Amino acid sequence: MKMTCEADLSDVIKGASGPLQVLGGGTRGIGAVGEALSVAGLSGITLYEPGALTVVAQAGTPVAEIEAALDAENQRLAFEPMDHRGLLGTAGTPTIGGVFAGNYSGPRRISVGAARDFLLGVRFVDGQGAIVKNGGRVMKNVTGYDLVKLMAGSFGTLGVLSEVSLKVLPKPETQQTLVLHGLDDVAAIAALNAAMGSPFEVSGAAHDPAAGQTYLRFEGFEASVGYRMGQVKALLKDRAAEMSALDAGASVELWSGIKDVAAFHGQEGDVWRVSCKPTDGAGLAAKAGALAHVFDWSGGLIWLRTGKGHDLRAKLGDYDGHATLVRADAGTRVALPVFEPEAPGVAKLTQGLRARFDPKGILNPGLMGMAA
Amino acid sequence: MEMPLPNASVLARKARVVARLQKVLPMDAVIHNERETRAYECDALTAYRCPPMVAVLPSTTEEVAAVLRICHSEGVPVVPRGSGTSLAGGALPTADCVILGVARMNDVIETDYENRLIRVQTGRTNLSVTGAVEEDGFFYAPDPSSQLACAIAGNIAMNSGGAHCLKYGVTTNNLLGVKMVTMEGEIVDIGGGYMDAGGLDLLGLICGSEGQLGVVTEATLRILPKPEGARPVLMGFDDNEVAGACVSDIIKAGVLPVAIEFMDRPCIEATEAFAHAGYPMCEALLIVEVEGSDAEIDHQLSLIMEIARRHNPVELRESKSAEESAAIWLGRKSAFGAMGQINDYMCLDGTIPVSSLPHVLKRIGEMSKEYGLKVGNVFHAGDGNMHPLILFDANKPGDLELCEEFGADILKLCVEVGGCLTGEHGVGIEKRDLMHVQYAANDLEAQMAVKDVFDPAWLLNPAKVFPLDASEARRSVLVAAE
Repeated sequence: MKMTCEADLSDVIKGASGPLQVLGGGTRGIGAVGEALSVAGLSGITLYEPGALTVVAQAGTPVAEIEAALDAENQRLAFEPMDHRGLLGTAGTPTIGGVFAGNYSGPRRISVGAARDFLLGVRFVDGQGAIVKNGGRVMKNVTGYDLVKLMAGSFGTLGVLSEVSLKVLPKPETQQTLVLHGLDDVAAIAALNAAMGSPFEVSGAAHDPAAGQTYLRFEGFEASVGYRMGQVKALLKDRAAEMSALDAGASVELWSGIKDVAAFHGQEGDVWRVSCKPTDGAGLAAKAGALAHVFDWSGGLIWLRTGKGHDLRAKLGDYDGHATLVRADAGTRVALPVFEPEAPGVAKLTQGLRARFDPKGILNPGLMGMAA
Repeated sequence: MEMPLPNASVLARKARVVARLQKVLPMDAVIHNERETRAYECDALTAYRCPPMVAVLPSTTEEVAAVLRICHSEGVPVVPRGSGTSLAGGALPTADCVILGVARMNDVIETDYENRLIRVQTGRTNLSVTGAVEEDGFFYAPDPSSQLACAIAGNIAMNSGGAHCLKYGVTTNNLLGVKMVTMEGEIVDIGGGYMDAGGLDLLGLICGSEGQLGVVTEATLRILPKPEGARPVLMGFDDNEVAGACVSDIIKAGVLPVAIEFMDRPCIEATEAFAHAGYPMCEALLIVEVEGSDAEIDHQLSLIMEIARRHNPVELRESKSAEESAAIWLGRKSAFGAMGQINDYMCLDGTIPVSSLPHVLKRIGEMSKEYGLKVGNVFHAGDGNMHPLILFDANKPGDLELCEEFGADILKLCVEVGGCLTGEHGVGIEKRDLMHVQYAANDLEAQMAVKDVFDPAWLLNPAKVFPLDASEARRSVLVAAE
């Protein structure tokens, strides 16, 4: 079913009894089942005030359309949403609703915040067809409960987003990337964290073990970028024997690849995403038994490619964080939950919220909220 | 402002409740003597007072859980309290409630510079979180103006902001995890040292829920390396509209100031008379601060001043030293005190789209004449977070009510132009009855459904946030259960 307006969306959900698979552009599917309910037809930017750094758009608006509008005003989505098409082998058009439904944040998450931190307001249709709004289009808003954060990353399980308001930021003048060569995982992540703990405003911190390269991104006015990169280079001089730098063009290309996990495009196997404390990253990767891995978020985000059906959670044991099975076949998803099972107290709250927002249990059932 | 009548059945059981609480807490942690409970009768919204039935001061998460289990089984409402600095009445007691104060829980549990986080008990004050890490070159970014006194618990409850959130965000953007006790006394851990939620973003939901979903006893907070330096520029304009346009242009230019503060003429005049900061007498004054190395600051300030010059400022004063920075900030930091010298005041914090600034200031000026009450505006202009200070005389019968009516009109105006009722202080009791202005019945129902899940009996800080008529059915279930 293809929705073209919020009122129809409400009517359809009100009348539905079976499971619905909530879709934007359909590029990020991670295992929901049921009749397809697409909001791609709810499309268009309804308000853009560059001087107030705010955009309001229908949930089905293509991300590319928003990025083009921002580009014309020299602004951007600062949280760098990932494009999943290369990793998942999907086709279609990523939508802004999908970005927020999954809270997809790229490398800049470590400096500016996650997708959810840029979401100012939502309109959504809950599991009974009620149209609800929360938040608004201003930067600071503590009026009532923050359902905006709750909806971000809820993967359509509490309601179907129909409209989002978001904060955007100006594009910096330029960027450069400092590359450290030949570090192992432990040394690389230690170097990244040392740089992150300096006042020199690193906006990306990643490590690619296969390439033997460790990356630190600097953005801003040209003189400032040069200065800060120089300072960090001096700070790390005893940690890496060889360093080099990427100019703006090469840097943009590199981080686009890191954002979209280009290292795993076209490669066989399951793909897992582990969120952890940065200093736990190297140890977890060593225990994972994966075919390959890459680090982002200064070690706090690990992308792992494993053999089919590999139970990564069993290998990792207990740690401060969680693992998501991002790419796998249907059989593996039956055996291994996509989302990390939750502690009983948390699972009870999650299930309680789902029962209130979707009492019929029709929105992306089966995703999220399983008790450990 | 109306509060529901206390539950007579609870009041009648005071002795039993006290005895049960004394079994799980040290004697000095249960305050039930009427002379002593008076210390908890209000928060910073001092116009409203009501001593609680009992106040408790637990020292551990386990004690908090024990208190909540007792209150839950007795059907006693619980009002959590940090330092009692809420401007919205968030910690206002009811006569039948137990005040649960976290003031004794103020330890630093862990500092972790490599992962850039600190774990604290939530009774710790905001400023002392930074105090624990600043010698090592770090700081905790959210900086509400009450930061010397306010507790992290209250910051989380209200999702507090501050002057520097244009760059660093508010509490919710700097909170990584919590240990929370539910009203039923269950201890849950949500989030941690990692950077995104594994399931639903319950952390984002709890932050800003005004102590209605649980009692947060520990928090994992993001800390940041201190910038090399910071310096402001002060600029004066003859027209609010021009100052507003200047704010927009600065934001668009790609400089990200750490703060853009705005003061209007009534506020400048009051401040000058009080603090003698040497501000120009003009319609609007902006203080714009940037961070970085000396060279970076010079470069950013030069760009900002170039933009300002296009708007014909009557004054443009760039700080070149720490002393000059302090002089520029002196007036701004004394603004509330200066207004308080003149009379009692009520401080609102509605937020508006930056583009509506001139219109809203003009309307506030007109309404000020209609109501016959003076108002000064001093606020965080970069993010549209207004702070109108309405002057009134608390000793003059009817003046408080008139002031509240004027305040309500200002907040309605904020919503009308696309903004909201409160940007950083919270709803509490102060804006509770205005929630209908911003939210339709469905919108409020969805929020109240969340409370139903976390606190089915509506015992935690009830009668706040939601208009009494909207929450009545839920709150009366509790009374009926007694």
